[in-house]
Amino acid sequence: MTGGTSGLDDLDELYESIILDHYRNPRHTEPLEHPDVDVEANNPFCGDEIHIQLELDGDTVTGVSVSGRGCAISQSSASLLSEMLEDKNAADALEFVTLVRRMMRGDTLTEEEKDILGDVAALEGVKRFPVRIKCALLSWTALEDSLVNRAGT
Amino acid sequence: MTLDVQKIRADFPILSRKIGKHPLVYLDNAATSQKPRQVIDALVDYYTRYNANVHRGVHTLSIEATEAFEAARAKVAKFIGAANPESIIWTRNISEAINLVAYSWGDTNVKPGDEIVITAMEHHSGIVPWQQLAARSGATLKIIPRTEEGRLNMDAAERLITRKTKIVAAVQMSSVLGTVIDVKAIGRLAHDNGALMLVDGAQSAPHLPVDVEELGCDFFGLSAHKMLGPTGIGVLYGRPEVLEAMPPWMFGGDMILAVSYEDASWNDLPYKFEAGTPNIADAIATGAAVDYLAALGMDNVRSHEIELTGYALDRFAELERVRLLGPRDNADRGGIISFVHDTIHPHDLGTALDQMGIAIRTGHHCAMPLVRSYEVVAAARASFYIYNTPSEVDALIDGIKATERYFLK
Repeated sequence: MTGGTSGLDDLDELYESIILDHYRNPRHTEPLEHPDVDVEANNPFCGDEIHIQLELDGDTVTGVSVSGRGCAISQSSASLLSEMLEDKNAADALEFVTLVRRMMRGDTLTEEEKDILGDVAALEGVKRFPVRIKCALLSWTALEDSLVNRAGT
Repeated sequence: MTLDVQKIRADFPILSRKIGKHPLVYLDNAATSQKPRQVIDALVDYYTRYNANVHRGVHTLSIEATEAFEAARAKVAKFIGAANPESIIWTRNISEAINLVAYSWGDTNVKPGDEIVITAMEHHSGIVPWQQLAARSGATLKIIPRTEEGRLNMDAAERLITRKTKIVAAVQMSSVLGTVIDVKAIGRLAHDNGALMLVDGAQSAPHLPVDVEELGCDFFGLSAHKMLGPTGIGVLYGRPEVLEAMPPWMFGGDMILAVSYEDASWNDLPYKFEAGTPNIADAIATGAAVDYLAALGMDNVRSHEIELTGYALDRFAELERVRLLGPRDNADRGGIISFVHDTIHPHDLGTALDQMGIAIRTGHHCAMPLVRSYEVVAAARASFYIYNTPSEVDALIDGIKATERYFLK
């Protein structure tokens, strides 16, 4: 048990290299000056915080900012979300969130759906750590709520 | 070592379990303790040999069950220094014990303009019942703050406890910081001002000698599952004259003397506060837990944990990027160490340590206001008990170092 990181081999399943990369170098953290969508989400259970801002041209995302603090899973997941959003329209983004949810639920995805997920598929390992699924979904749920609310107004 | 830890470990079946390929290192004792074979056997023995309802049958099984149930009450009374077993009320846990006082005593005695005083070290069970009593009664809730180093600010306690104070409630040991509070001194302040004193023994009763008469408190609560007993059962001790004057707060069987459709009269203590069929099996197993601890000697339990905590505090000092939330010196503190890493989130740390078989708590430790007062939203916590060893402390420290290498490479 002492010395070495050998005991942590299994962790690679949870913290894939893509996840660790996004955790260490989160993307799109610069705040936006005139966001059309501005939403904060937090998980009081573990104190994860996420702040998402979007600039929209009609229905298309033209600018995105994601920042926050919390565990590697919540923060890398939010960073992956910011990459996904580049040039997406709101409807496509919502569909993407549904796909992420299905992946975390353990649904079998088609090859085509896995291609759509791209780097975000790195989060799949989280489903084997049930208490951490909430961390992974925090930013996606916040995005979904804000887009649905916006469509509703 | 003041305890024969290897002999103790042999009594706990779960300690031979492996997590993945690693032996279990259980350091989440402030959340709940593990159970020795003697406690598990007491449960099985009751259900296999003499399962029956108590206080009502004339048959052999009911008589045996009643005797064992009441013997367990007497054991708990002796364990915490209560002269009279009738002052021991079975509850579900410490939360129910505090709620019983807040509803029964509180709703009768607390009026608009009165003050309720608690400490900054209470867990949610020691905050919310009083906060809600204050809201119901129009009283004000006052909080005795902590000092920078994680002790209770006794000067502030003297200022805050006044003639307006109706009751003071304090944990004897903080579940987050490990700090041991001088509840005897706080109780003296309460009594000097005509207020009652409730001591929350959730973390103290399992770990240090408790004598309610010597503490001079009016109420004392504990949860059995943190002291080798089963979940689902706790205790409220109350000074008999205070309990006598309190109305029941739950109604049903066992707590009545006589019932008509129009009215009912109440049974004597402690049954007035024990409506319905009680948690017989778990009460009896709590008696077995108390027997186990009494045989070890609570002074020895305390010495073992002081020694182990001192060793852990020394080893934590090696971790430059880890900050402890509680007192760094080992005086007047128990075996609870909460800590935060400057970069690694507690949940990542907790998941990584779990991969090495090491169980710690992560999060707000059911004490959000206290954890937040350190300007963190979550922390990691290691907490020790009679079966923990210095080599398990080594495993924790080495595990934290391995996690640093993993995340920060």
